[in-house]
Formats: sequence, structure tokens, C-alpha cells
Amino acid sequence: MRLALDIALSHLGGRRRQTLVSLLGVMLGVGFFLAVSALMRGSEADIIKRLVDSAPHITIRDEFRTVAAQPAELAYPSGAVAISSLKPRNEPRGIRQYRRHLASIDALADDVGGLQAAPILIGQAIFSFAGRNEAVTLSGVVPSRMMNVSAVEEDIIDGSLADLDADSNGIIIGLALAKKLSLERGENVTVVSPTGNIRAMKIVALFSTGNVSYDESQTFANLTRVQALLNRPNTANSIIVKLNDASQARDVAADVERTIGYKSVSWQEASKDLLDTLIVRNVIMYTVVGAILLVACFGIYNIISTVVLEKTRDIAILKSMGFHADDIRQIFVIEGAIIGVAGSLLGIAMGAAMTYALGQVEIQPPGSTEAINLPVYWGVDQFLLAASFAIGSAVMAAWLPARKGSRVEPVDILRGAV
Amino acid sequence: MSILRAEHITRRLTGEIDVTLVEDASVSIEQGEFVVIRGPSGSGKSSLLYLLGLLDQPTSGRLLLEGEDTSLFNEDQRADRRLRKLGFVFQFHFLLVEFSALENVMMPMRRLGALSASDQRKRAADILSRLDLADHMHKRPSQLSGGQRQRVAIARALANDPRIILADEPTGALDTKSSENVRDILRRLASEEGRSIIAVTHDLHFAEAADRQIEIVDGRIVSGGGAIN
Repeated sequence: MRLALDIALSHLGGRRRQTLVSLLGVMLGVGFFLAVSALMRGSEADIIKRLVDSAPHITIRDEFRTVAAQPAELAYPSGAVAISSLKPRNEPRGIRQYRRHLASIDALADDVGGLQAAPILIGQAIFSFAGRNEAVTLSGVVPSRMMNVSAVEEDIIDGSLADLDADSNGIIIGLALAKKLSLERGENVTVVSPTGNIRAMKIVALFSTGNVSYDESQTFANLTRVQALLNRPNTANSIIVKLNDASQARDVAADVERTIGYKSVSWQEASKDLLDTLIVRNVIMYTVVGAILLVACFGIYNIISTVVLEKTRDIAILKSMGFHADDIRQIFVIEGAIIGVAGSLLGIAMGAAMTYALGQVEIQPPGSTEAINLPVYWGVDQFLLAASFAIGSAVMAAWLPARKGSRVEPVDILRGAV
Repeated sequence: MSILRAEHITRRLTGEIDVTLVEDASVSIEQGEFVVIRGPSGSGKSSLLYLLGLLDQPTSGRLLLEGEDTSLFNEDQRADRRLRKLGFVFQFHFLLVEFSALENVMMPMRRLGALSASDQRKRAADILSRLDLADHMHKRPSQLSGGQRQRVAIARALANDPRIILADEPTGALDTKSSENVRDILRRLASEEGRSIIAVTHDLHFAEAADRQIEIVDGRIVSGGGAIN
């Protein structure tokens, strides 16, 4: 092995310029592979993190995935009876007996490694202050439960979610809405519900998520207060669930739906289109960067083929000395591997530098008030993937000319040379 | 017992036109014998040498190396016997230009792996010194004269201490003085060290130093093949 390595190094050293070009090819391939991969996977992780963090892992809605069987169908399950002008019973919206369902969801906590659930009643309302009216979304929450389920508490910049418990007439609004209506914490605002109920509510806290449209339209109040405003006592129209392990959301949502009957949507289901798009994006990315590495491998194939051609006489002489075909093949495969390994190491350094530089770039996402750094992924797996792919391809590229070299018949060469 | 014995070996190349390189050749080489193969150009001298040196496989006939029948050997087995029992010297030195004279001589030893690295180095230096190359062992082939290169090639052929040296026109590319030097070295290897030397040559002066001359014409041995039943 050491002998083959020495001979391989002597061949590469004898063709410094071509070796350097091949090395640069692999280096650029690996470097760009890493930079693009870090950026794509970074943004993918960021998107998923935002999905997982900002939205509930499971949302149970006051609707059913399949339409409930009608009384006429239940009465005549196998009858060939046509019933016309049938009107389904008009069910009031909302999750009935939500407290009982909440208890059964809480009971799943031990089986799924921990979960928290919170009921919400969401409705529309009009804010009226100093002659200005603003339409807002009013979410009725149980502060003690909501704190564990959503990121609202983290986004509150003045006050706390618990202030809703202290003042049952309190309301939490976004900083953007407060600025728009020239409101401050502690001031009262008039809230008008679609049912015509009017109530003056006190602003107990302000939040800011960085998303302007959300901050201008979302408000939170105590669940019982919102139920009263909307004339829907003892009702919630959704239950949101946060899991300690977000990846289990799909299975847990299915369990919950089987147990309580209401439609339970996991974050994966809710964001299926986006997740599918991310998969397509990954396929495109790996195809493009794979093509870069493939082109680099043609360079390796080229140099090893040239070396084999130039060193045919040396191969013949080595074989006449007693070298086996395997020894000859090994020499040229090692040459490919050297270019692959050295190019990968240089490429990893280049890729890491490019990834770091990309991570320093600040961007302001649309609708956000805060600038963020480009999200990049630093996982070791992508470095291993890039290096393995490059080294594997380099060895494969060297294999064909190496095989050709190993088949050289010394007699043919010696006869021709003499 | 002959150290190398070819019995009725034939080498035929098949293709659009069949070509017979060596036909029904029988040769017996004894230990310590210096044998020269002579003949006109294209008579099959080198082809016979390659067959005797296990570089080529006869189409028919038997070849016994130290009593072992090599006729059915595969490529790896032939390579293994070349490594252990045979040494080659060619008309052109065929040294690896990226390596020094010492490294070239060490090459077969490294492949065999029977000696430690330091012993390999020591043995290679000894062989080079015996061939008056002590001052040139760290030079690359491009820094040596033609005669020096050929002596390095002889040193490399001796690396694994083979009992048989095969030389194909070893003086063909050398001046008179260097030719005589190479001839004397090969002569000494036979008479003093008991190695069998088989050399192909056109050089009459070189041939005169041999114990026996094998004459080959049109692939057939016409004289000097030795006692073969």
C-alpha cells in the first residue's frame, strides 16, 4: 500500500498543473455544494422552526373531516330509498364539551412524551378609539394554558399574559395596533362584537412579533370574557396542542381525532404544500451541486487517463518486475482518492468559509420589522455527505483508467519499445 | 536438474493473420550458465526470452522453472515467480524517472516485502556499490549516463536475489566501453555468483563472453538449445 502510494504521489507530482486543476475542480465542487446546502438546509430548518414555533403543533377545529351520517341514512342503511329535500340539522358552531375533550387530550401526555393543550375561542371584533375603528381578530384564551402552548408570552414586550387573569376585562394588543390607534398600556378601548355587544376593555399588555399585519390585527382576551362578548358561553372553537416532540404531531393528531371526533390537523398536514415544496427544492439543489461534482470528476478521469497513457511503459516494467494487475489498479485508484481527499479537505475549508460569510449577511424578511441573519446549517452530516460523494466519485472516475492500466500486457509494450 | 527448461514450446498469435513467434523450441539452462540467444532481426529472440521469463505464456509446450511446471500458471502466479526468481534487464534502462537510483533498486524489494525498510535500503546500497554506483545512488535516472542507468537496471534486476537474470539487448543502446562493462558484470554474476544469465544480443563481442549460444531462425532453435529429450 505504501509503495503504491509513493508511486501514485510521484505520478501526481510529475503533473503538477493538471493535478492542481483537478484539485481545484473537486474543491470548487465541494465548496459550492456545502455553501448551497448550508443555505438551503438552513432556510429549510428556519422555515420549519418558524412553523413549529409560531403555530400550534396540532389544531383541533370545530369541524369534522367526514360529514356525519344523516338520520335518514341511519334509519335505512341498506335501503334503496331516495330522500329528497333533506336538510341537515343546523348544528351550532364550536367544540361541544370542550373541557371534557381537553381532559382527554391532557391524558395523552404521558404516552407521547409530554404535551400542553389550550382552548381558544376566535372571533372578529371592532376596536373603536378616538373616532377610529379597526377590525381585529379577538382570541379568547386561558392564560395559564396559553403560556405553555404558544409563543405569545415571549412576544409580549410590556406586561404579561397573566395580566388577563388579574383583570378579567383586560385585553392584549400588538404594538403596531397600539401605535396605529395611539394607544398605550393601561388605556381603555371600546370593543364591539358582531353580535352587537359593546364593552370597554383595558389594555394590560403589548406584544410585538415583528410581523406587522399580525401585530396590527391580533388581540387576546380572557376566554370567558370573549365567550360573553360573542354570545357563545361555554364554547371554544379550537383547541391548540403543543408537543414536547413536534415530530410526533402527525401521529398524535390522528389519535386525538380518533378519540374526540373533531378534525385534528398536525402542523405537517397544515403545511403540506410548503413541506412538499421544500422537498422539490432539495431535489433541485442536490441535482445542481451533484452536477458540479460530476464535472469535477471528469477532470479526475481525464488526468488519470492521461497518466495511464503516459505511464504505460512504467506499468509494463512494474509488471515485468512482478507487480500484479491489482497492484497497478491500486496505484491509479489511489491517485483518484488522493485528489478526492485533498480536494474535499480544501473544499470543506472553502465551503465553511463561504457558509460563515453567508451567515453574516443580514436580510429583512417581507412583513417583518426586524433584520435577521441568513439562516445557515452547520450540521456535520452535510460535510460528510459532500466529502463522501466527492471521494467516492473521484475513486469511481479513477477506476476505469486504472482498470485499463492493470490490463496492460508488458510483452506488447516491451516489444513495441525495443 | 536444469534451473530453467523449455520443452517444445510454441507461441502463436491468432488474429486475421496467424503469426508464429516461436515454434517447438526446447531449451535447457543450467545454474551459473551464461547463455546468449542470437539470430537475425525478427527471428523470435526476444519472444523466446519473454517466454522463458514468464512474461508471456506459450501456446503449447511446457516450461519448468526450478522443476516447477509453469505452463498452467495464471497471470498472478507468473508475476509472483518473476518477483521472486527472475530479474530483467532491457535494452533501454526502463527506470522509473521520478525515483532515485536507490529507490528504483528498492522497488522490487518493497513489492516483495521480505526485508525491513532499513534492510531494503542497505541491500540496495550494497548492490549499487558492487556495480560502482555508490556515488550515484541518490541521483535520478536523468542525472546518470547511459552506462550508469543500465548498471542501475542490472542492480534492480538483482534486488530480490534471483537465480536467473534475463537480458534483452542489454548493450544495444550503449557505447563500446559501457557495453564491455555491462558484459563483464553479467559474466561475473554467472561465474562468481552462480546466477544463470540468458541474454538476447546482436553484439558478437558480447556473445563471445557467453558459455553457450542459442541460434534461432524464424522462431525455431537451430543450435545450442541444450540437452532436451
